[in-house]
Amino acid sequence: MRAFEKGADGVYLVGCLEGDCRFNSGNLRAKRRVEKAKEILDKIGIGKDRVEMFNLSSSEGPKFAEIATEMTQRIKKIGPNPIKKMLKKAA
Amino acid sequence: MIVAKQKPIEEIITQIKNYEKILIVGCNECVTVCEAGGKKEVGILASALRMYFMNKGKKVDIDEETLERQCDREYVEKLREQIDKYDVILSLACGVGVQFIAEAYPNKLVFPGVDTCFMGGSEERGAWSERCQACGKCILGQTAGICPIARCAKRLLNGPCGGSTRGKCELSKDIDCAWQLIINRLKELGRLDDYERLIPIKDWSTERAGGPRKVIREDVRQ
Amino acid sequence: MTAEIKTPSKLERILVSGKIAVTSEVGPPRGSDPEHIIKKAEKIKNYVDAINITDNQTAVTRLCSLASCIHLKQMGLEPVLQMTVRDRNRIAMQSDILGAASFDIYNILCLSGDHQKFGDCPEAQNVFDLDSMQLIQLVRKMRDEGKFLNGDSIKRPPKMFVGAAANPFADPFEIRAKRLAKKVAAGAEFIQTQCIYNLDRFEEWMRQLRERELHKKVYILAGVTPLKSAGMAKYMKNRVPGMDVPDEVVKRMSGIPKDKQPREGIKICIETIQRLKECEGVAGFHIMAIEWEEIVPEIVERSGLYPRPKL
Repeated sequence: MRAFEKGADGVYLVGCLEGDCRFNSGNLRAKRRVEKAKEILDKIGIGKDRVEMFNLSSSEGPKFAEIATEMTQRIKKIGPNPIKKMLKKAA
Repeated sequence: MIVAKQKPIEEIITQIKNYEKILIVGCNECVTVCEAGGKKEVGILASALRMYFMNKGKKVDIDEETLERQCDREYVEKLREQIDKYDVILSLACGVGVQFIAEAYPNKLVFPGVDTCFMGGSEERGAWSERCQACGKCILGQTAGICPIARCAKRLLNGPCGGSTRGKCELSKDIDCAWQLIINRLKELGRLDDYERLIPIKDWSTERAGGPRKVIREDVRQ
Repeated sequence: MTAEIKTPSKLERILVSGKIAVTSEVGPPRGSDPEHIIKKAEKIKNYVDAINITDNQTAVTRLCSLASCIHLKQMGLEPVLQMTVRDRNRIAMQSDILGAASFDIYNILCLSGDHQKFGDCPEAQNVFDLDSMQLIQLVRKMRDEGKFLNGDSIKRPPKMFVGAAANPFADPFEIRAKRLAKKVAAGAEFIQTQCIYNLDRFEEWMRQLRERELHKKVYILAGVTPLKSAGMAKYMKNRVPGMDVPDEVVKRMSGIPKDKQPREGIKICIETIQRLKECEGVAGFHIMAIEWEEIVPEIVERSGLYPRPKL
């Protein structure tokens, strides 16, 4: 939330594959919190697609690159964070 | 503890949307435990509301403060220094806290940010359920430690009713039939014959019906 | 069973005399036209000893049981007032009991009441100041001691024969006999049961009651409802809590062509009555044929229960 408040256009979380979390269920909890964040972001007009959760194992370098690309393209399509205008004004 | 649920953000926005200087006040006790109004929830809500108003092109100052608890005047006093900076206070405490703040700062608008639901406990992280209705005259000793007033939808003292099905209340499969629980517990205690004892008509004058209540301890009063 | 009669109730008189009693029920309208009740009562009046009027059944607001009972009384019939504890506090209950007594209504059935969530006002507050057992105690106190709950004397105390409901098929199973014993201890004098399709299970329940000699302390009226269709049998089996409809019954109904199913349902009902006549402790029958009241005369006749005794 703070990231978006500061003007981030998109935020993505990357966690271990489900079932492989080093901390057991940290990735599952994170998934639910991302879902909650999506709900809030939609309600306040920022948009739920700006935040996303991805799962992969730390050895999957290429996949990581794929995810980065996918997310960047998605955000480019959606456009900049709508609050950036107000932030610029305030600055 | 008192269990509460945060109000839908749309409802909160409707309450505060005409104001420009808002203080969101959380509470470190019950609403922290049920994750409705503690410091974390205050932070998330404040962030969301700031973004909402920025998106609308409106300049709104939203500050955050979390008190030890809001049901004690000495903690509510801690806001006095900064209170004049704000038009409106949004309290995320239970109904008690909201009222104590409103009482301490009668010239400020105070709005509730949570719906206070019941007195209950944690079944597991993320799940809280009702256990006590504050009837003012505890009968748990007669019902094997399970309260039929809080847990029976009809507060029957000599239940179950005909709607009890496979241990669940007629209202929902998610609600245990309190009387089934009592019977199970009596069995475990080897006291199923106690079931035949008729619990007499209750004096409800000690609960809400008798009017707003007070407890006074003369021996500890200042 | 104490053979002394305590009220002017015709139902009590028939039961005490050792004859099989027959009762039925009528559901009032969602409106104020008494004709609805009067017409239905007319259809069955010569075939039953007393007629129950339901009290906002399923928490759906209807013409109240008390007013409906008064209409029956004015027709010269014997009503059974049904009173739930969901909608009234102890003041209203004592008051309504006096109201019923002022019209010489001599029978009352004390019930909990379905939760308001099922009815037309799910957002309503509910009362449950007393529960159904405490209501039984209350009516007995008003009648036998002539006193209000607070101990004051009642001028012209009510003379009511007090009943309760029982469901031999409800959960939890292990306390069915205990629960009936509790109702008897509270003061229940007659019982009307949930409708019976599982005769073996019902007879087992009766056996448990007889073991405790409860059949000698309270009059048990076995509930029966004629099935109108295989669909109804299935619905009651699967969707109605506390209802036991054995597979054989569903199969029997399903095996008949649709237009002949009501006939089969009536047949099953009559067979049930015939079998339970032989069951020690069954003092009578409570025929519930809501929206099919016209079939009650045939059921009573073909079960060998007609004419009704004139006492």
